[in-house]
Amino acid sequence: MDELLKVSSNPHVRSKVNTMGIMFAVVLALLPAAGFGIYNFGVRALFIILVTVVSTVLTEFLFGLYKKKQTIGDLSAVVTGLLLALNLPVSIPWWAAAMGGVFAILVVKCLFGGLGQNFMNPALAARCFLLISFPALMTNFATDAYTGATPLAALKAGEEVNILDMVIGKTAGTIGETSLIAIVIGACILLLLGIIDLRIPGSYIVTFVVFLILFGGHGINPAYIAAQLAGGGLMLGAFFMATDYVTRPITPKGQYLYGIVLGILTGIFRVFGSNAEGVSYAIILGNLLVPLIENITVPKAFGKGGGRYEK
Amino acid sequence: MKENSALERLYNGIAKENPTFVLMLGMCPTLAVTTSAINGLGMGLTTAVVLTLSNLIISLLRKVIPDKVRIPAFIVIIASFVTIVQLLLEGYLPDLNEALGVYIPLIVVNCIILGRAEAYAYTHGPVSSLFDGIGMGLGFTVALTCIGMVRELLGGGKLFGFKVMPDSFTPIVIFVLAPGAFFVLAMLSALQNFVKIQGEKRGKDMSKIGSGCGHDCLHCMDESCADNRNKAFSEDEDKEETVEAPKEAPKAVENSEKGKKQKKEMTGTEKRTRREEKQKETEADSIELIDLDEEDE
Repeated sequence: MDELLKVSSNPHVRSKVNTMGIMFAVVLALLPAAGFGIYNFGVRALFIILVTVVSTVLTEFLFGLYKKKQTIGDLSAVVTGLLLALNLPVSIPWWAAAMGGVFAILVVKCLFGGLGQNFMNPALAARCFLLISFPALMTNFATDAYTGATPLAALKAGEEVNILDMVIGKTAGTIGETSLIAIVIGACILLLLGIIDLRIPGSYIVTFVVFLILFGGHGINPAYIAAQLAGGGLMLGAFFMATDYVTRPITPKGQYLYGIVLGILTGIFRVFGSNAEGVSYAIILGNLLVPLIENITVPKAFGKGGGRYEK
Repeated sequence: MKENSALERLYNGIAKENPTFVLMLGMCPTLAVTTSAINGLGMGLTTAVVLTLSNLIISLLRKVIPDKVRIPAFIVIIASFVTIVQLLLEGYLPDLNEALGVYIPLIVVNCIILGRAEAYAYTHGPVSSLFDGIGMGLGFTVALTCIGMVRELLGGGKLFGFKVMPDSFTPIVIFVLAPGAFFVLAMLSALQNFVKIQGEKRGKDMSKIGSGCGHDCLHCMDESCADNRNKAFSEDEDKEETVEAPKEAPKAVENSEKGKKQKKEMTGTEKRTRREEKQKETEADSIELIDLDEEDE
């Protein structure tokens, strides 16, 4: 008996994957989008990214000092800050970006009990907080390079949009949402590492396309559908924010249902709403429905087959 | 402070059992009209006037009002005062009346007023009921004004209509919208609890401050109250002893007749059923108690 036998309660088989590893992979996967944002919008984009990341990490650090339990090591604050920055227009004042970071970590995450207890995605909640608080600052997409409206707003106004520009990302918009290619590269990294799967993004995007065909008012028009898919925060939201481990359903069936709900909500907001964009509100609303979705999709326990399981 | 004295009632309403931050009553006007400090102050004072007068009248009429129709009677009294106040507001403060809108007539169904009528004025004398109304009304006013001030300051950069923030300040519009009301209410309630917990840490007896203690220990479920906790435990122990003792004897006889394994099972299931029975009994008892109480009143 060379080996020492350990006697402990389960789980007995442990994975080497930890929160920090997953968060690091997400940061890595977000880098293409962030890098393209900096290339597209200039150094100020880097400045905004740094401001949000510093504000989120600093907030978590200070809250950790107060609670005497330090959690900045799991990198989740970095992910939140980075995601928030990618969802902000480059022209936003630095103090508004910092306020968003503080709100995301302090109000949405820490006050509810830290990572794992937040009931909605902190970055998106902060974005919506800023969007309601500073509507003028948050929808000011005019920069030196781009003076026009975002492609989605132009599309809603009935104008023509250049889909190739939207796929590459040379359009107005928030820092990280413009380039479809950069986002898909990041999503592929996450998919290959097994950190996310296609259940939520797949059902989300498919439902959204079906909704557009049925209610979009353009029928099966590939150009319109492609522009809707490539424009706005849909791809960023579907791959990076709807799949957030904390705020998505844990049951596989529930994840499909969640994606469908998100697709329908996004469709409703974009087609019937007064704004051109609706991904962040859709995902936040979906987050709130997660406990209900999990409740109705509890998988049947082994041996409980046959008749209905009576409690 | 002597219980039910004027000063005690004022302190109780403003601090100890603040209707907004401690009892969490009257949330609808609290969240809806506190977009500015003036609105909060106006709503609070209007409610305070109605509360004070209705408390006084209900207390005076408490021996006349039949028990079975007391709620309709309260509503009639409260509604009369709300009508008076509303007509006065329309006549003398039309701006405030417009700002508060539908929430003035809705004071009739404000649960603070009905709650104080039911919980206090109906069972206490006119003087202490009057001061209870003043205390609760002022507590409501203070709370609403605080919330209104924070919301107006952050959401508009003003305080009581005067600009106090520098021009470079960008209003955080969310604070004058509905979500902001929830944020501010939650933060102020948390602050109140924080102060209470700090006091506890320093060794003060805060067990009854901010717990909404109505001295109704019989029906109280608040576990943070030290008195209540002790009482609950001691009662439980008493009951266990009295119930356990007589039933032990027949069980022992039964057990000696059967095998060891069976015995274990029996005791297990029996215990469970017996516990359930006991629970039912105690529930039934408490229901009877409540019924009796109501009849007594």
